Amino acid sequence: MVPLNWYLILSAAVFSIGVFGFLTRRNIIIMFMSLELMLNAVNISLVAFSHYLQDLRGHVLVFFIITVAAAEASIGLAIIIALFKNKNTVHVDEMNEMKG
Amino acid sequence: MSMLPQLFFGYFAFAIIVLSLLVITRKNPVHSVMWMLLLFFHIASMYLFLNAEFIAAIQVIVYAGAILVLFLFVVLLLNLKEELESARFVGSWPAAVLISGGIFVGLAASMLSVSLGPKGNFTVDLIQRVTHTKVLGQILYTEYLFPFEIASLVLLIAVVGAIVLAKKRMRSH
Amino acid sequence: MQYYLLIPFLPFAAFIINILFGRKIIKDNAHWVSTLAVAGSWIVSVMTLMDVLSGLSVNQNLYTWMLSGNFKVSVGFLIDQLTAVMLIVVTTCSTLIHIYSIGYMHGDKGYYRFFSYLSLFTFCMLMLVMANNFLQLYFGWEGVGLCSYFLIGYYFDKKSASDAGKKAFIVNRFGDFGFGIGIFMIFITFGTTYYDEVFSQAAGHALTRVNFLGFDVHLMTLIALLLFCGSIGKSAQMPLHVWLPDAMEGPTPVSALIHAATMVTAGVFLVARCNPIFSLSETALIVVAMTGAITSLFAATIGLVQNDLKRIIAYSTVSQLGYMFLACGVGAYTAGVFHLYTHAFFKALLFLCAGSVMHAMGGELNIQKMGSLKKFMPITYWTMLLASLSIAGVPGLAGFFSKDEILWLAYSGASPVGKIVWAMGTLVAFLTAFYSFRLIFLTFHGRFRGTHEQEHHLHESPKTMTVPLMILCVGAVASGWVGIPHLVGGGAHFTEFMKPVLGHAEGHGTHAEEWMVMAISVAVGFSGIGLAYFMYVLRPELPGIVTQRFLAVHKVLFNKYYIDELYSFLIIRPTIWVAKNVLIGVTDARVIEAIVNGVPSAIGGFSRQLRKMQTGLLHNYATITAMGIFIIAAVMLLRNW
Repeated sequence: MVPLNWYLILSAAVFSIGVFGFLTRRNIIIMFMSLELMLNAVNISLVAFSHYLQDLRGHVLVFFIITVAAAEASIGLAIIIALFKNKNTVHVDEMNEMKG
Repeated sequence: MSMLPQLFFGYFAFAIIVLSLLVITRKNPVHSVMWMLLLFFHIASMYLFLNAEFIAAIQVIVYAGAILVLFLFVVLLLNLKEELESARFVGSWPAAVLISGGIFVGLAASMLSVSLGPKGNFTVDLIQRVTHTKVLGQILYTEYLFPFEIASLVLLIAVVGAIVLAKKRMRSH
Repeated sequence: MQYYLLIPFLPFAAFIINILFGRKIIKDNAHWVSTLAVAGSWIVSVMTLMDVLSGLSVNQNLYTWMLSGNFKVSVGFLIDQLTAVMLIVVTTCSTLIHIYSIGYMHGDKGYYRFFSYLSLFTFCMLMLVMANNFLQLYFGWEGVGLCSYFLIGYYFDKKSASDAGKKAFIVNRFGDFGFGIGIFMIFITFGTTYYDEVFSQAAGHALTRVNFLGFDVHLMTLIALLLFCGSIGKSAQMPLHVWLPDAMEGPTPVSALIHAATMVTAGVFLVARCNPIFSLSETALIVVAMTGAITSLFAATIGLVQNDLKRIIAYSTVSQLGYMFLACGVGAYTAGVFHLYTHAFFKALLFLCAGSVMHAMGGELNIQKMGSLKKFMPITYWTMLLASLSIAGVPGLAGFFSKDEILWLAYSGASPVGKIVWAMGTLVAFLTAFYSFRLIFLTFHGRFRGTHEQEHHLHESPKTMTVPLMILCVGAVASGWVGIPHLVGGGAHFTEFMKPVLGHAEGHGTHAEEWMVMAISVAVGFSGIGLAYFMYVLRPELPGIVTQRFLAVHKVLFNKYYIDELYSFLIIRPTIWVAKNVLIGVTDARVIEAIVNGVPSAIGGFSRQLRKMQTGLLHNYATITAMGIFIIAAVMLLRNW
């Protein structure tokens, strides 16, 4: 039997990789994919917890996370396309419209 | 034979981490998407280990089938040729290594000290007997009915939002 | 519905209507709104008086104004004998003065404003007299003070008028400060501000002593004197009398209504209303009596030599208010309120007559420049003559009965200072008769001493002004008939009527003594009139000679004992010095300015640094967010370990 901690550490590793990708990549699409990576990391830990606790609520949560991820992906990618049409770039370090 | 689960886990864990790293390091976004597809299949397999067939199924259908295809569309639509010549990381990536490393250490350290509470009713036997989809459906349509409806609203908003953004794009042409 | 609620709220409605719509819509018809409202109040007041006469007494809370712990204040109404009399005084004078103002203020550019203030004043005054608790009394008290400020400074483009308004307001602050503390003391002592509860518990505290600012004092004396502070300010008693003569800068109807008949008598009303408290402290009563007597004498002597028509009447008012306090101080609250009631009529009448004279003289107020007005304005002359006879205490007129009752009760009452204040009061009666008739003779008799232009202009005032004069004249003559003493065959109805609220001060003396007191007061009254006649009609050169003979005395009196100069030297100039050199020079420039300018510049500097964080680059934000997550996770982790 695989101990729970293994899954959790796997989840932490994937999450950290996602964070690293989000913080470093210039391409906004890859940043977006890093975000999906982080969501998946959380899903892994939720499913693992659910299994070891013999409780299905974790699965329900995963279900909702996937729903939100789908919504987020559709909106986010639409925004990216709009952005690209305006700025002709997907490199976030070339945009500073939010500068105060 | 008792080593088999550990071996399976070892393989999948290793593959997931390597694939994750590949996803975030590829210069060409198309490659990233392809590696991600593989990654999602591995994660789905891991769900099967954990007795979550339905989750594994929607992982493949929604993530691999819908979301990744969407990504692929966008990547192809944008046609990023100059992407291949420019730097892939921002200048401050060593700081990011520190931060994400810190987060990993923090998370891992806290997860090592996890202790499980009392166990619930949904034993592996029960799920295998009734089937996972049915059990999940029973919970989802009773206890979580209201959040479920909210989720439908979220999807509706996503649809509306996507259309609005797309329309805007049309007008700017 | 209880109709007595209409009494205060009709004028209030008139105020709201006039202040909102007066400028654009109502304009020169503003008097209709206000006058009808006040007249309505008057009718309801008369009905209320009828009810009270038939034995009704109301003490009812209308609306909970504030509630905090055991501190509860309501808007409530107390209708008893005292309130009923005050209602009649206030609404009668107010109605007549409203009517008078229609003629007097005709064509003024602030016509609607004048009437709306007048209505607001009437509302506040009615709230004051109808209150059933101290806080509502205080509300009315400050409300009338505010209206007084508005109306004294009504001609605000005239500097002396706006200064006089400020002076009245500021001087009243001194008194109201004490009054406010007095109310706090009442609440601390009794845990309530309702009259009935306070007065019923007051006797239980007759011997209580408290530590006040480190002094061991008798509680009831303290409370009574603190309340009396408010009275001193509002009723212009020594040493806070300085505002009232200056308040004559306001329009004459205002002087008549606020500074003669109603507002200034609020102090007397307060003392009378709180008689259960005052009666428990002999010290407080002596202070009240002596303050009244001294003020009375002091103001009367100043009145002897002044030349300003309205100021003479103003000093006369101060003097008569002193009389009322004198009465209250010897325990004769009924006599004080009786004098308040008769005084309201003849003093309002005097002021309105003065206004009528001013109207004819084109705003001239110096009586040395008048004379022989009798033949030009007969109605004004006769009404003013009757008012003066009344104030001088000629038998049969209103002033005689009230003044005589005060003097008799001072002479025969139990007060230790009774005889002294009686002597002073008698002297004041003489002086009052003298200066009142000096005024009459200089204004209406002899030859005209003004310019030819003024002489051509002389005319009797319009009907809206003379009719109120005649009605008030009836009051000045006849209002005293409700209180004719038993001695001369009257029923002393007023005293009997007031007995449930104000108690009954018994004179301890024989009929012979009572006759003697009355005879003396009549004698001094007539001799005052006679002396004035002798000096200003028979031998008009005499005043000049007397002035020359007693030059120093005349100068002191003419300059009002230099009280204003004294205050200027002792209080105003040091205050201004401190304000200029300490507050502006140090506090304002070095402390407040430094804070006011320092805080924004510090914020600005900090913001300029902080703005640099706002790069607009997504990665920076993401990095900071991630660091935040890391820190939160680390803190949670370390706390759990």
